[in-house]
Amino acid sequence: MATVVAPRRGIFARPTGATGWLSWVTTVDHKRIGIMYCVTAFAFFIIGGLEALLIRAQLAQPNGEVLSAEAYNQFFTMHGITMIFLVVMPMGVGLMNYLIPLMIGARDVAFPRLNAFSYWVFLLGGLFIYSSFFLGGAPDGGWFGYAPLSTQLPGDGMTFYSLGLQILGVASLAGAVNFIITIINMRAPGMTLMRMPVFVWMSLVTTFLLLFAMPVIAVALFQLMFDRVYEANFFRPSAGGDPLLWQHLFWLFGHPEVYIMILPAMGIVSDVLPTFARKPIFGYAAIVFAGIAIGFMGWGVWAHHMFAAGLGPVANSAFALSTMFIAVPTGVKIFNWIGTLWGGAIRITTPFLFAVGFVAMFIIGGLSGVSHSIVPHDQQQTDTYYIVAHFHYVLFGGAIFGLVAGFYYWWPKVFGYLLSEALGKLHFWLMFIGFNLAFAPMHILGLQGMPRRYYTYPDGMGWNFWNLISTLGGFVIALSFVVFIVNVIRSHKKREEAGDDPWDGRTLEWSIPSPPPEYNFARVPVVQARDDWWHKKYVETPEGEPTRVFAGGANGDDAHGSEEDAGHGIHMPDPSYFPLVASFGLPIMGYGVIFQPVLIGVGALILMLGLFGWVLEPSAEEAH
Amino acid sequence: MSAQEAAAHAPAEHQTSTGLDNVKLAMWAFLGSECLFFGSLISTYLLYRNRVLDGPRPHEIYDIPYTSVSSFVLLMSSVTMVLALAAIQRGDHRGLRIWLLATAMLGTVFIGGQVYEFTAFVEEGLKLSTSTFGSAFFVMTGFHGAHVTVGIFMLLSLVGMSMFGRLSDADGPRKVELIGLYWHFVDIVWIVIFTVVYLIPTN
Amino acid sequence: MLTGVEAKFITEQDWMGTPGKRKSRILFGLVLATFALLVAACAPDAPQDVLKPEGLFAREADRLWRIVFPIAVVIFFVVEGVLIFAVIKYRQRPGREAKQFHGNTKIEVALTAIPALILAGIAVPTVRTIFDLAEERPGSMQVTVNAHQFWWEYNYPELGITTANELHIPVGQPVRVRLEGLLTDPVDGTEEVIHSFWVPRLMGAQDVVPGRAEFVLLQADRPGEYWGECKEFCGLSHANMRLRVIAQPQEEFDAWVQDMQATEEHEATLEGADLFVNGADNIGQPCSACHSVEASQEQPRIGPNLGGFSERGTFAGAIFENNEENLSAWLRNPPAVKPGAKMPNLNLTSEQVDALIEYLQSLE
Repeated sequence: MATVVAPRRGIFARPTGATGWLSWVTTVDHKRIGIMYCVTAFAFFIIGGLEALLIRAQLAQPNGEVLSAEAYNQFFTMHGITMIFLVVMPMGVGLMNYLIPLMIGARDVAFPRLNAFSYWVFLLGGLFIYSSFFLGGAPDGGWFGYAPLSTQLPGDGMTFYSLGLQILGVASLAGAVNFIITIINMRAPGMTLMRMPVFVWMSLVTTFLLLFAMPVIAVALFQLMFDRVYEANFFRPSAGGDPLLWQHLFWLFGHPEVYIMILPAMGIVSDVLPTFARKPIFGYAAIVFAGIAIGFMGWGVWAHHMFAAGLGPVANSAFALSTMFIAVPTGVKIFNWIGTLWGGAIRITTPFLFAVGFVAMFIIGGLSGVSHSIVPHDQQQTDTYYIVAHFHYVLFGGAIFGLVAGFYYWWPKVFGYLLSEALGKLHFWLMFIGFNLAFAPMHILGLQGMPRRYYTYPDGMGWNFWNLISTLGGFVIALSFVVFIVNVIRSHKKREEAGDDPWDGRTLEWSIPSPPPEYNFARVPVVQARDDWWHKKYVETPEGEPTRVFAGGANGDDAHGSEEDAGHGIHMPDPSYFPLVASFGLPIMGYGVIFQPVLIGVGALILMLGLFGWVLEPSAEEAH
Repeated sequence: MSAQEAAAHAPAEHQTSTGLDNVKLAMWAFLGSECLFFGSLISTYLLYRNRVLDGPRPHEIYDIPYTSVSSFVLLMSSVTMVLALAAIQRGDHRGLRIWLLATAMLGTVFIGGQVYEFTAFVEEGLKLSTSTFGSAFFVMTGFHGAHVTVGIFMLLSLVGMSMFGRLSDADGPRKVELIGLYWHFVDIVWIVIFTVVYLIPTN
Repeated sequence: MLTGVEAKFITEQDWMGTPGKRKSRILFGLVLATFALLVAACAPDAPQDVLKPEGLFAREADRLWRIVFPIAVVIFFVVEGVLIFAVIKYRQRPGREAKQFHGNTKIEVALTAIPALILAGIAVPTVRTIFDLAEERPGSMQVTVNAHQFWWEYNYPELGITTANELHIPVGQPVRVRLEGLLTDPVDGTEEVIHSFWVPRLMGAQDVVPGRAEFVLLQADRPGEYWGECKEFCGLSHANMRLRVIAQPQEEFDAWVQDMQATEEHEATLEGADLFVNGADNIGQPCSACHSVEASQEQPRIGPNLGGFSERGTFAGAIFENNEENLSAWLRNPPAVKPGAKMPNLNLTSEQVDALIEYLQSLE
């Protein structure tokens, strides 16, 4: 029985502004949130990169004096935390945010305010961790925080670690729930799961990994916090605590985590390569199922991070085997990317170069990864620079190259203008050369016996030359990003209009204006095939070659609607203050644990009030 | 208005690809995540329950009859929760409020029982800092209790919303169902904890 | 028909046309550089070179590497080569259209099966070696290793000797190392942390986990000094927790054992000896409160056992040469020269330092 409901008012009326800084702070638009994620992540990338340069400056020569042991330990810890939690993960989520609704033909994500909440919690969590530098010292126990070192390092650094990552975990979990529901439930009519772009599929797997991996590290971090602050005994050997418990919990999270970091980039590459090769992805189903397989198998390899921890020959063998076999679906993807290029008509653009760079570097990282599964030899490799080389090849040569490919590829869609190709290519080559100079020698250093996490090394170990080269490479990488920033500034000034579809793309986001209107699609598309947009533009000849369906632009009329129609009658969710308000509660609670217990209550109260406002504020329909 | 424009007007967000409600799916996803959260806590407990270098051992300190009663109370609260949902589904808002309050009350009794149990343990020499068993026990059951407490807040919020007429629209039963899902999950977790922690004998 | 924007990319000439040859040359140069890199890896002499095993058990791991690494190199060149070939060969050229195929089941199945078979082939010797290295060897010498922040303690239970940082072993005999993780550090009662015992040329690393004991095999085929380090991040001086394994021919080793088992007698007359045992007013505790000077006397196990100290080439976690200058700097203020060192600054006077150095250098 429907009753007439009186208009409800939350504590604040919902903001309605569409411009100005306040509109960004209260936005629930997935596109703006995606931009904020990427901009913030890029800022953290600069900071994490500076930390890396300091590390490399210290290690350029034996007995370096750039950083003390105390400072070094903080910098390498923060470099790891920053790059993993504040750069690669949020950049992936930022692109997912911007693109997934566009790619599946939706107008927004399932929970726009939850989306905003995730972003603010991420930003505040990152600031919380970094505030430690000014509040007694940053975390200094490594990003992996092995106990019992992490439980007993003096100062508040590792407590900031335990709480900061916890806060970031909330952001990740909220984002994961949001995207799972969005992808499963908000696809346009005709957009079956097997018609989705590979990027959307990889994002789906990633978000499921996040959903199940984050709680495990949450437990480990809580236990660490209880040990440090409340004298618990989880990792206290003298009370019977088992240091290996930390490692198991951490790596149960940690291994899916690396797939969380790489799968979105794999998805990007799987969408970039076909566009520039002008043919569909080779083996779509295999790539999708390989991604799903990696998602499942990724849960069964965690103890390969613990081959020297003493688990015994049976466990070591089992994990050696599972680690070897996860290379199979990974190989399938690599071969399918090459197959995508085969027989194509390739336009070598900047995004294309970064995507190929991804594949080339990931091959190397993948091969060194397989070499780690040779347990007796891994006991030589582990905790040396050989491992540092491996994960930088897959996370930088892999994830970062892939994400940067995504930046260049979708930049015209997001901002409406093109980035300079010349500067983009310069960026690529500098980054490619710098990256290989920085990290290839680390394979050698590791095999020559240089351990990780050493703030200095003596002369006469045979490590001097390659450390110097590696440092040089680091600075070349930095230079490449200066080129990128110059590119952004100059291209922004030049504003070379991109149009809707500058790359002659295949997926739905290219069928709408650049930048897209707030509502994305004037009319919700009805999807008839995979790469539906491509098929609206091209038809295959009997020889299997594409020919244009019509001259000039694409189905402009259907997709855009007329200017007067645009936006008429489409209600987008109103902006809201409450995600931002609620998000403040978390870091305040964190400060409470470290400094002043009363703040725990204050933070909880703010969180609760924020959530109440969120639930009770008028929803979009009634407000109009 | 053309057919296309009508389609643009029809709130696309109410038509889901699977036919299932977004928020309900989200709650299921969240509960899936919670399974791993409690799974990790319970696994830690199982590792540590026999490592007691100091202080009382599990079955020296557990009062099974007492905890059985409080478990029964929590179980009954799931029954009242079901009754609350049934009430709103037939439009009985007064009944809804009564059963929600009953659920909240039973939950509060459970929490009260936990608090009493914890203080008793502390007096008998088992604290968070006493042993690995103590740490694992208190953190695991403490987080469960925190979840129940959050649930009680949400139940009382529903009561308040009902009183202000905010559950009277078509969406009302869905909101109650959502909280009900959460409440039942928290109850199931307790059943697992009760079985694994209290009932299964240790060495 | 292409729009202006699209045409721009097709005809952009910085990578097309004749520069194709230049690109091939650049790529060839990169391949050559990679190769040179790999070759260079074998060249320099590094004391901790993993690729130059000198002991039986390190050789077993190396054998696996020598199977896997060449396979990986071949795969690298083949796959990267095909990738680069595809990029070059299938470049956009006027009149070229892309072939719109979606996959090739046969190739896909083959490229799934072949890697799986290669991996299965690698798996067999790997698992075999894992179990092989876990077996006990009859006739092994037993050594117990305890890891402290930031030094190594060795006990020879069968020989009744305790020493530190420099581990003497007989050549050609397997040594069964028991890595015993202490629960707390006797110096200050704090929880001990995880360390990892590693001598690259003789063995793969094994963690020393507080509260657990793990075994690892060690053997040197030739006499010599083999360098090692702690490989698990353990705090401020993780980089300063090195060790030496000194492999000696059997007679020399036996002589060393006898030397260590014998009690020191002669240096009791030195001023430093008195200082060491009894301390002084300006020193908090005497050295003997933490250090034993008899290898045959284990206690106190708080600081490294200094029996036979004068014979050691290094000290303080094998990071300093054993000479007057270094000893002087160390004794004056240990944490200043080794961050986080748990031996405190004892505020010794110069005379006291000199006396102690004289005493230490008399310990044989």
